[in-house]
Amino acid sequence: MDVALTTKSSIGIKGKMIAKKNYKEKALMKKTLKMHEESLSRRKADEDVQEGAVPAYLLDRENTSRAKVLSNTIKQKRKERVGKWEVPLPKVRPVAEDEMFRVIRSGKRKTKQWKRMVTKATFVGPGFTRKPPKYERFIRPSGLRFTKAHVTHPELRCTFCLEIIGIKKNPNGPMYTSLGVMTRGTIIEVNVSELGLVTPAGKVVWGKYAQVTNNPENDGCINAVLLV
Amino acid sequence: METSQAGMGNTVMCLLTDPEGTNLGSAMYIPQTAGPLQLTQLVNRFLNNEEMLPYSFYVSDEELLVPVGTYLEKNNVSVEKVLTIVYQQQAVFRIRPVNRCSQTIAGHAEAVLCVSFSPDGKQLASGSGDTTVRLWDLNTETPLFTCKGHRNWVLSIAWSPDGKHLVSGSKSGEICCWNPKKGELDGNPLTGHKKWITGISWEPVHLSSPCRRFVTSSKDGDARIWDVTLKKTLICLSGHTLAVTCVKWGGDGIIYTGSQDCTIKMWETTQGKLIRELKGHGHWVNSLALSTEYVLRTGAFDHTGRQYPPNEEMKKALERYNQTKGDSPERLVSGSDDFTMFLWEPSVSKQPKKRLTGHQQLVNHVYFSPDGKWIASASFDISVRLWNGVTGQFVTAFRGHVGPVYQVSWSADSRLLLSGSKDSTLKIWEIRTKTLKQDLPGHADEVFAVDWSPDGEKVVSGGKDKVLKLWKG
Repeated sequence: MDVALTTKSSIGIKGKMIAKKNYKEKALMKKTLKMHEESLSRRKADEDVQEGAVPAYLLDRENTSRAKVLSNTIKQKRKERVGKWEVPLPKVRPVAEDEMFRVIRSGKRKTKQWKRMVTKATFVGPGFTRKPPKYERFIRPSGLRFTKAHVTHPELRCTFCLEIIGIKKNPNGPMYTSLGVMTRGTIIEVNVSELGLVTPAGKVVWGKYAQVTNNPENDGCINAVLLV
Repeated sequence: METSQAGMGNTVMCLLTDPEGTNLGSAMYIPQTAGPLQLTQLVNRFLNNEEMLPYSFYVSDEELLVPVGTYLEKNNVSVEKVLTIVYQQQAVFRIRPVNRCSQTIAGHAEAVLCVSFSPDGKQLASGSGDTTVRLWDLNTETPLFTCKGHRNWVLSIAWSPDGKHLVSGSKSGEICCWNPKKGELDGNPLTGHKKWITGISWEPVHLSSPCRRFVTSSKDGDARIWDVTLKKTLICLSGHTLAVTCVKWGGDGIIYTGSQDCTIKMWETTQGKLIRELKGHGHWVNSLALSTEYVLRTGAFDHTGRQYPPNEEMKKALERYNQTKGDSPERLVSGSDDFTMFLWEPSVSKQPKKRLTGHQQLVNHVYFSPDGKWIASASFDISVRLWNGVTGQFVTAFRGHVGPVYQVSWSADSRLLLSGSKDSTLKIWEIRTKTLKQDLPGHADEVFAVDWSPDGEKVVSGGKDKVLKLWKG
């Protein structure tokens, strides 16, 4: 039957429904036609000036993200003067002594209990030599000694495996700092020479602080975030 | 020990030869206390030089810095054999090394991508990511003109060898000619290339004066020869299958183009025909350098700073070109992503003369010294290497940077080498002692472009921190 005739002659709700359906089809048809028209006409692509200008020799290369130069030494100096370190983890769960140390019984009758074995990850340093076993009170097992840490740069979001230079501060107490125990929240110093950072005065930066963010004794590795 | 010393006597038989091999007189006895100073006097006397010209002496490719006797003792060379000493003339003038930043000029709104001094050293131009080319006044060290006209980042700029035209190429493939005296756009931007411009090189003054033609290379794979007065493309040199990364107009009228398709092509300039293809590299060719490049860039200007009228310019430029080139053919060195460089003698043979290996990362920039005796190469392996410019022999590696080295530049007397790197420092290296002469920190971010003025007075550097730094001695 002629569509136009039915559309014209129908009245009431039926007419309205037919009209609505036809309108929808018309609108869709118009849109597709316009789309086709667009692809036929050739327009010059508008080149926007992008950010991050690089010279011609770097254009075809994908630049690996790198750590930025220390340009905010003034801010750093101000922070240092205040005396407080702004750290990613300001509060950590305190570790009790009985969790940190395990009592080792020694002696012929195994009654002496003055030796302790550290149950957390430690760092001893390259020149470390044990005290004579008869006299050492704290045993740091070699299986729990670590030399490298996975350090993440907070702004660039990339992680590097860097050597640990030393333990700066363990929040659980100065005794743990001197023992070299690394728990969650410990500030460690890492060797960043492979990042190629240079201070504005031209000196090469080779050590920076980082804070441990995981529990190394559970994971078997040390994850830290760099303090910039 | 005592007897051998007594047996030596105190003279040694020496033969002075020049770099090409011709002997200066015959073998003669020279006292062992003779050092480089005394040898200089001898050479000047034998050559009948009117003024005392400075020379440097080499015994079996090693420089002679101590008296002859000390050298013999150190190296246990027999006194009975004739010692061959090669003498090489050094530049008459001496450039003072720069050691301080005289001015940090802000002005660009985005990273500075390229800087260039004019051939007479009196004007300075820089191109940046904010699409402008800026001209700077060197006397007051302040901005002079801001030239707007490009639509995208300005990737390369080049002064004509007579200093009258400035041409810049951008990321959208257009080339703008500027009038450096007024800082205005000369005509309309030249279009033709479809992708970004990677390099610009002018025709040498000794081939045509005044300067009219220049060649540009682009990512779209072809190079075009333009005429700056007619404002149009003369010839399009197509043949490369991938991007052309660098182009150089040689002193003998041949255009060399290096490309990402690992080849270097030589073109003749009257009809734009391909003469030769130099194959050998295993990866992209990043940079080309000619042994006479510095002389071609500076044209008729030399260290005296004299200006010449147009007809004399061509003669003076030709004179300077022949002096630098000497009797040997022009040499070409190419640095590539395959961590090696090749030394070619393109007019002689299709095969490379020597392969220069040693870098552990890609070679980004190669540059011959102004006298053509040394080659410096900057690489992403944080070192700058020095090679003999004639034989291609490795001389020394300059280590000190902690980031990839982007560009190098020579001082006009070939005694000092400047390098700029991603670690935001510039370093000056002394060629005679082969050590670091001066460290120039101060930039806040990567250094993208460096240039030493042809009169040796100033050094300019620009980078990602958007400021231009001028350094003085």
